[in-house]
Amino acid sequence: MSKPLLEVKGLTKAFGGVIAVSEVDFHLNEGEIVAVIGPNGAGKTTLFNMITGVLPPTSGQVFFDGKEVTGNQPYQIAKAGITRTFQNLQVFENMSVIENVMTGVHCRLKTGFLQAGLRLMGVKREEQQAFDVAMSCLEKVGIADLAFEAAEVLPYGNQRLLEIARASASSPKLILLDEPMAGLNPQESRQLVDIIKKKREEGMSFLFVEHDMETVMGISDRIVVIDYGKKIAEGTPAEIYENEKVIAAYLGTEEEEEAI
Amino acid sequence: MNHSKVSELYNRHYGGLFLFIAALVIVPFVANSFLLSVLILVGLYGIVTTGLTMLMGYAGQISLGHAAFYGIGAYASAVMTGTYGMPGIVGILVGVAFAGTVAVLIGIPTLKLKENYLALATLGFGIIIFTFFKELKEITGGLNGFFGIPSFNLFGFAFDTDLKFYFLIWALLIVGILFSKNIIDSRVGRALRSIHGSDVAANSIGVNIQQYKLKVFVLSAVYASVAGSLYAHYVTFINPNLFTAMESITFLIMVVIGGSANIWGGMIGAIVYVLLNELLKEVVPMFFPNVGGEFQIVFFGILLVAILIYMPQGLAPTLGKVWRRLAGRKNKKAAVTGPPNADATVGGSKS
Ligand SMILES: Nc1ncnc2c1ncn2[C@@H]1O[C@H](COP(=O)(O)OP(=O)(O)OP(=O)(O)O)[C@@H](O)[C@H]1O
Ligand SMILES: [Mg+2]
Repeated sequence: MSKPLLEVKGLTKAFGGVIAVSEVDFHLNEGEIVAVIGPNGAGKTTLFNMITGVLPPTSGQVFFDGKEVTGNQPYQIAKAGITRTFQNLQVFENMSVIENVMTGVHCRLKTGFLQAGLRLMGVKREEQQAFDVAMSCLEKVGIADLAFEAAEVLPYGNQRLLEIARASASSPKLILLDEPMAGLNPQESRQLVDIIKKKREEGMSFLFVEHDMETVMGISDRIVVIDYGKKIAEGTPAEIYENEKVIAAYLGTEEEEEAI
Repeated sequence: MNHSKVSELYNRHYGGLFLFIAALVIVPFVANSFLLSVLILVGLYGIVTTGLTMLMGYAGQISLGHAAFYGIGAYASAVMTGTYGMPGIVGILVGVAFAGTVAVLIGIPTLKLKENYLALATLGFGIIIFTFFKELKEITGGLNGFFGIPSFNLFGFAFDTDLKFYFLIWALLIVGILFSKNIIDSRVGRALRSIHGSDVAANSIGVNIQQYKLKVFVLSAVYASVAGSLYAHYVTFINPNLFTAMESITFLIMVVIGGSANIWGGMIGAIVYVLLNELLKEVVPMFFPNVGGEFQIVFFGILLVAILIYMPQGLAPTLGKVWRRLAGRKNKKAAVTGPPNADATVGGSKS
C-alpha cells in the first residue's frame, strides 16, 4: 500500500489545564472520505485547527503528502494542499461572492504588489484565470448565478456552499469540512453530499466533522470517533455502528445534541 | 462553460478619470492664489491618505502614526537638499528608503497586534519619531525648525511656482491612485481585503497575512514619505510640530470622511477636510472671536463619530453612486464597481 495522504501521530493540544485533544493518531488515504465524530466539546475543531496550522499542537506530528507539516503556518499548509471550511462561517463579507472564490485561487497565482500596481504583462491573464477557476467552482456548488452578489447578503446555506467553493478553488488534495451540514435544510444537505461525492471522483479527499449521522454513515469510507479529546474508535461505518464504546459515548449525548 | 469575463468584475473604465483630469487642468487657471495653495495642500494630503486607505480601508489595519512617515520624508528631503545640496530626487529616495526601513522594523512586531493595540502601538511609534525630530537638533534644527529648504528640482526643471507645484502634486496623486487601484483590482488587493474580511480564513486559503500586512504598511509609509518630501520643498520651512500625533489623527479623519473602502476615498476625504477646515477658520472667528484651534478639533471629532455611525463607508460610495447615475451606467454593473459591501452597507444604513 502507498503512504497515506494525511497522517496524524500522537497529536495533543492543551489549553492551560484543559486537554482538548489527547494523543490522537489516524490517517487518511488519497481519495478517501473520512469523518471525525464525537460529542460537543470532544476536540474535533481543535484537531482541525492543529492539522491546518491555525493552532500549534502541544505535542505530536502531522504528515501530509509524505512531508512533516507540524507547526507550519496555515498559508503554508494551504500551499501544500490542505484547505478547510469553518464551523462558524468565515466568509469574506467585504467582497462579492466571486471575489471570495478568486481569493481561494491565491496560492496558485503569482502577481505581486509591483506587478499589480504597474499592471504589467501577465496580470490580466492571471485575473481571467482566477475568474474562470472561481466561476467553475461556483458552478459546481450551484451558486454561479450569485457570483456578483455581495457575499454578506447570501443566506446561511449558500454561505456554506461558498466556503466550500472557496476551499476548492486552489485544487487542494484534501479539504477539511467542519460541520458542513450545520444549518442546512435536508435538500441543501443532499446537494452537498452530491458535491462532495463528485469532487471525490475528481480525486479530492475529504476529512469532515459532522453531527448528522445519516450523512456520516452515508458517505464516509471510514470514521474516527473522538470523546474527551481521545480517539475511542476507528473503522468503517458498519463497524462504528456496532461499536459499544461509541454507542456509550455518543448515544449518551445524542439527545442533547438534537436540542442544540 | 461560462462566457463571463473578469472585466465585468472591476470598473476599469477611464471616462470619469479623463473628465476629472480635464477639470484638474482647468482649475488652476480660474483659481486665485489662495485656492491654489489650498489645492496643493489637498494633493499632498491626498497622497498620504491614498496610501492609508490601502492600509486601513482594504487591509483593515489602523495606523495612528503616519505623520511620522510624512515627517521622515520631509526631514530627509530637507537635510539632503538643504544641508547637503543634493538634487530633490535624492531627498525623496532617501526618505522612501528611511520610511520603508522604519515601517518594516515597526511593522514586524506591531502588525501582529489586534486593532486597538495596533492603534496604540502606532500612536506610540509616532510620538517616538516626533521626539527624534525634536531632539536631533544637529540634523533637524530641533524645535526651532529647519529653514531654507530649496524648491523642488527634477532633472533641471525647477518647480518654483505654485502652478508648477500644483501640477506636480496632482499628477503624482493621480498616478498614486491608479497604482493603488491596480493593486486593489488584483490578486494582491483581494488578499489584502481578505485579511480585513477574516484573517483566519485568509490564512487558511494560502494568504501569508503577516507578509501582506507588512507590505501594505510599507507601501502606505512610502506614500506618506513622498508626500512629506514634497511638502518640505513646498513650505521651505518645517518643524517637529507639523508631524505630531494630531497630524496622524487628521490623516485618519480624512480617510474616514472619504470612505476607507474606496480608492478615491482618501482624496475625497482630503478635499472635504481641507475645505471644511478653511471654512471653519473663516467662519468661526465671526461668531466666537476668542476660540482658537480647539474648535476645529471638537468639530472634526464630532464629525468623525457621526460619520462612523451614520455613514461607515464614508462619502465615496455615495458620490460613486451619484456619478454612476450621472454617467448613466446600468445598475447591474454599478453593483459590482465598488467594493460590493460599500453599496450594501450604505443602503442598509438608510433603512
Ligand atoms: N482557544 C481555546 N482556549 C481554551 N479552550 C478551548 C479553546 N478552543 C477549544 N477549547 C476547549 O477545548 C475543548 C474542545 O473544543 P472543540 O471546539 O475542539 O470541540 P468540538 O469537538 O469541535 O465541539 P463542537 O462539536 O461543539 O464543535 C472544549 O472543552 C473547548 O472548550
Ligand atoms: Mg467544533
